[in-house]
Amino acid sequence: MNMDVRPSFLLDGEEIPFEPGQTVIQAALTAGHYIPHLCYHPEFVPHGSCKLCTVKANGRPAAACTLPAQAGLEVESETEELNDLRRTLVQMLFAEGNHFCPACEKSGNCVLQALGYDLGVMTAGFRHFFLDRPVDASHPDILLDFNRCVLCKLCVRASEEVDGKGVFSLAGRGISRRLIVSAESGRLADTDIAVTDKAVEVCPVGVIIRKHIGFQTPIGRRRYDVRPISAQALEDAPRKPEARHG
Amino acid sequence: MSTFAPYPPPSLETAEHPEQLRRVAIEPLSRVEGHGKVTLLLDENDRVHQVRLHIVEFRGFEKFIQGRPYWEVPVMVQRLCGICPVSHHLAAAKAMDQIVGAHPLTPTAEKVRRLMHYGQILQSHALHFFHLASPDLLFGFDSDPARRNIVGVAQAHPEVAKKGVLLRKFGQEVIRVTAGKRVHGTGAIPGGVNKSLSLAERDALLKDIYQTIAWCREAVHLARRLYEQNPQLYNEFGRIDAHQLALIRADGAMDLYHGGLRARSRDGQTLFDHLDYNHYWEHIFEEVKPWSYMKFPFLRALGPEAGWYRVGPLARVALCDFIPTPFADQERREFLAWAEGAAAGSTLGTHWARMIEMLHAAEVIKDLLHDPDILGEELVTRGERQERGIGIIEAPRGTLIHHYRVNEEDVVTRCNLIVSTTHNNQAMNESIRQVARRYLDGRRLTEGLLNHIEVAIRAFDPCLSCATHALGRMPLMVELIDAQGRSVDRLTRDASAAC
Repeated sequence: MNMDVRPSFLLDGEEIPFEPGQTVIQAALTAGHYIPHLCYHPEFVPHGSCKLCTVKANGRPAAACTLPAQAGLEVESETEELNDLRRTLVQMLFAEGNHFCPACEKSGNCVLQALGYDLGVMTAGFRHFFLDRPVDASHPDILLDFNRCVLCKLCVRASEEVDGKGVFSLAGRGISRRLIVSAESGRLADTDIAVTDKAVEVCPVGVIIRKHIGFQTPIGRRRYDVRPISAQALEDAPRKPEARHG
Repeated sequence: MSTFAPYPPPSLETAEHPEQLRRVAIEPLSRVEGHGKVTLLLDENDRVHQVRLHIVEFRGFEKFIQGRPYWEVPVMVQRLCGICPVSHHLAAAKAMDQIVGAHPLTPTAEKVRRLMHYGQILQSHALHFFHLASPDLLFGFDSDPARRNIVGVAQAHPEVAKKGVLLRKFGQEVIRVTAGKRVHGTGAIPGGVNKSLSLAERDALLKDIYQTIAWCREAVHLARRLYEQNPQLYNEFGRIDAHQLALIRADGAMDLYHGGLRARSRDGQTLFDHLDYNHYWEHIFEEVKPWSYMKFPFLRALGPEAGWYRVGPLARVALCDFIPTPFADQERREFLAWAEGAAAGSTLGTHWARMIEMLHAAEVIKDLLHDPDILGEELVTRGERQERGIGIIEAPRGTLIHHYRVNEEDVVTRCNLIVSTTHNNQAMNESIRQVARRYLDGRRLTEGLLNHIEVAIRAFDPCLSCATHALGRMPLMVELIDAQGRSVDRLTRDASAAC
């Protein structure tokens, strides 16, 4: 007999209890149900930009990371239609940057790559932009490879909210949107970023790199070698219900 | 004979009046790594006036590695090749060891890298001998092309084919446990390695190593037997008198991972010995010719005309004073003594030498598997940061040079790669010209005759992908063009070698 008296919603036909203030993705992950996501991070205010966590709530598309959980809501996530759209989104992210997984030190630890594998992205799908984006290697301990940015804004949020530094910003609009360094010179060396900053740790792809240590983890022991992202995300999910959202 | 094209020409490199000659192209070459072609210019009497091996792919790794962080280099540059990526991986890692000031490496790092490298030598030599070369050697150079391939070998000689496949598999497994993947792993990092072996990994390899050595000994004997069945052909086919170059250990032993450079002239004089390879650039220059993407290296002291040389198994077995493993050294001595050294200078003797090296690789792997250092935990060392890094290694096909400059921001600003096949460029050209003179000159061309050219090239086991910084299957297309440039006939062969 279910003694849980918390309110609940339905996710793919299963009842998901939630605490007031939780979003759909927070409640789902806490309850052990994975919804694919990229720009969502349990420690930060949801951004809702990547749209990978798009679900259908009462038949209408919505980002699960910003959608407040509501009693009686009927949510679809694990459907072929939605996963097909997610695959397309991942393909677009790959096409917009220069993601050369074979030589990328983030390979095996990269959220974008792991999502590609988990969702079964088998082809490029789109013509790649092949943008010319030089790296910023000016900082002695940290390297920025803008080629791999997916505009998740996690570094911007971490630098502002946790590090209190505001090292990164997003500039431009639409297709010109890009990550920039908040310094007059535009160079990372001219900021007060430190290798221990949350902004360095939080990058889900290979943009913000700690220098000199690439490839130190052997193949087979990297984060997503051990388990797919759908299982790893549940491993990482807060054990207790979280109420934080935007 | 044409009155405008005197015969014989002094060299078959450049015809005096190419506009009056018929062009035959072997394009692409088959059963070699990468894309290349051979062009022949013939007069109306089928006399050969010009023979050139062209590398038609251009890859440009030297350029696009610029601007990338140095620790990415060993993983990125190995994508030059799907056959010998470990060689590029390790040559780049050795260069990056210098960049991070890591000298010496920890015993574990040094030995795990050596294990990876000898696994690479074993698998690549097995691939070349059994999959690529043995169809010519077992069936004959102008045998039925429909069966002159590995499938034909598997049908006619199933045990030979099976052992070839399993030898290669073993080498690939050695690579997997040291680099993380059979192809394009990440094991070597600047200053060391990212893993050592677990007991289980070591024991699994030990289980098969003695069978591997036994099969390698059989392979040496097979290569020798094939040679002895037709010694006149094997002695003379594509034979060239070349200077030779290889890395040699300080005590004169064969060492395919590290050493000093030794060069010996075609008349047996030592040109340099135990040369610190950090100074290679003072002794080896490169010439560019307009008709090929592959450069022509030469020994500076002898100049571009006379200074071309040979690298690879034949040069290494001939140049070393001994092979530091017993079975392989016994085979080396017999090889060198055979018919007073006749095989040791012969292009087709390269196959025999290659199998001796494969046996050596298996013996080294056995010794390393019994060394507890490969299970160690000290994986990386660092020292004083440097701006220049040079890594040289003996890849399966010969001496491989990686040379980098890395700026104070840790990104590569300059890269120069001289790969094994590039060293052998002029030697291959000379060898096919000799074959053209001996077998093709004045005769009506057939598929079998054209294959003679490819047999000579295959003896060098060229990797044309590496040499131009291309991957692909190599069907054959021969096109006849008349003196007015019109296509008269075209013969196409698909990848299964069926016409």
